[in-house]
Amino acid sequence: MNIDWFFILEKIVLISGVLVISLVVAMYSTWGERKVASIIQDRIGPNRAGFMGLLQPLADGGKLFFKEEIIPGNSNRFLFILGPSLAMIVACMTSAVIPWGDTLTIAGHTVSLQIADINIGILYIFGVVSLGVYGIMLGGWASNNKYSLLASVRAASQIISYELAMGLSLIALLMMTGSLSIKEIVEQQRHGGWNVLYQPLGFLIFLVCSFAECNRTPFDLSEAESELNGGYHLEYSSMKLGFYLFAEYINMFISSALMSSLYFGGYSFPYMDSLGLAPNLVTILGTAALFIKIICFLFFFMWVRWTIPRFRYDQLMRLGWNIMIPLALANMLITGAIVLYRSTH
Amino acid sequence: MGMSLQQIVFGVLSIISIISALGVILSKNPVTSVLCLIVTFFTIAGHYIMLNAQFLAVVHIIVYAGAIMVLFLFVIMLMNLNAEIEPQKRSWLKYAGAISGGALFLVLLGALREADVTPIQPGATDIGLISNLGKTLFNQYVVPFEVSSILFLSAMVGAVVIGKREA
Repeated sequence: MNIDWFFILEKIVLISGVLVISLVVAMYSTWGERKVASIIQDRIGPNRAGFMGLLQPLADGGKLFFKEEIIPGNSNRFLFILGPSLAMIVACMTSAVIPWGDTLTIAGHTVSLQIADINIGILYIFGVVSLGVYGIMLGGWASNNKYSLLASVRAASQIISYELAMGLSLIALLMMTGSLSIKEIVEQQRHGGWNVLYQPLGFLIFLVCSFAECNRTPFDLSEAESELNGGYHLEYSSMKLGFYLFAEYINMFISSALMSSLYFGGYSFPYMDSLGLAPNLVTILGTAALFIKIICFLFFFMWVRWTIPRFRYDQLMRLGWNIMIPLALANMLITGAIVLYRSTH
Repeated sequence: MGMSLQQIVFGVLSIISIISALGVILSKNPVTSVLCLIVTFFTIAGHYIMLNAQFLAVVHIIVYAGAIMVLFLFVIMLMNLNAEIEPQKRSWLKYAGAISGGALFLVLLGALREADVTPIQPGATDIGLISNLGKTLFNQYVVPFEVSSILFLSAMVGAVVIGKREA
């Protein structure tokens, strides 16, 4: 068989790289979250482990690994372990279709900084996002605890409700770009303007829905500690709890990357083609630009968490079904009308 | 030897799909059944990808694994079905089920044994790619497409009516 070993090596390196970067970013998001919280609440925050508390995530991870692992007696053991594993796997899967940069040329080979440029990239993300709910549901149910079950049912109905508005807001974007490949959407923004200028309402809906999909405040009803004793991961301990908490940060990172790519030009930055630099250098600068955008979004996620209080459950549902979906439909209709008008004139 | 990569992938996918499909009907725990069914859907989506029908594969995952099975899981979890509280089925029901299932199997076997299926060239067709599918759907089959969307609309209206009646 004729196997392109360089191709396989390239993909393995890329996959490991993206995985490691997602995990490290998620790890330092926990540190960032505490620092942002402390600044907003006028405290100092973690400052003991390492310089400015930078080793704090490592200490937390180590603590979680060495904690005693407790599996409730009358719970379904297999499903109990499957829950956090699924949450983690699904969180990591989405990164495959995000373009982390343009192409690099290494020793005559052109390497694309995207694991898979499939022509259904956005639908793939939808598929994976729609699976994200299983980790929470299985974990909550397998715990055999009323609070956990209640929280997982809340989470599932919340995620399903906001998925609809998210999909509708994306349809408007797709009508404009005419492509489902995220790489192509980014390339279009590189030469035209950023999509957020043409789809401000769509971006707003997508932003709110990604808060809901990530179970972040003000939509973190599935882990409302004051009502549910902690939520769907109430019975979890040790690293299985860590996986649930960690998956949330990875989801945040991935949805920040997605929002940057779809609405804020991804790895493109202004004047990137007129700088006259070497293509490889421009690619690296582009990746850096993408990460700056991602960090801005991550900060926004945290800023909102420590500013806005949690919704009530009926408010959450009303916002999803009575406001978000009609707004997304109206946005779709307007976009469709403009696209039609421009294609005929 | 002599097996191509596609045949190996096809074989692995088929074995997993048959095992997980058997798991759906053989497992005692309904939640395990649902999970097996989700695995089956994934392997079928894998078959779609082998046929170069990526759109169909991903929609299959979104609709069946991502939406319908979540609702199944919802119902099973809320009703808290498990082996202990499952009502004992009458024995004649079991025999009737076995006989009618076996009869259906015989009919299908008889019908398919002589069937002549022209093999599809793998990878040669591009009809499953999303742009081709969209163009076909909105040019050649636009009337059936719109009619089926009306069907969905009526289902949605029905759901809203049922939901409103209680309130």
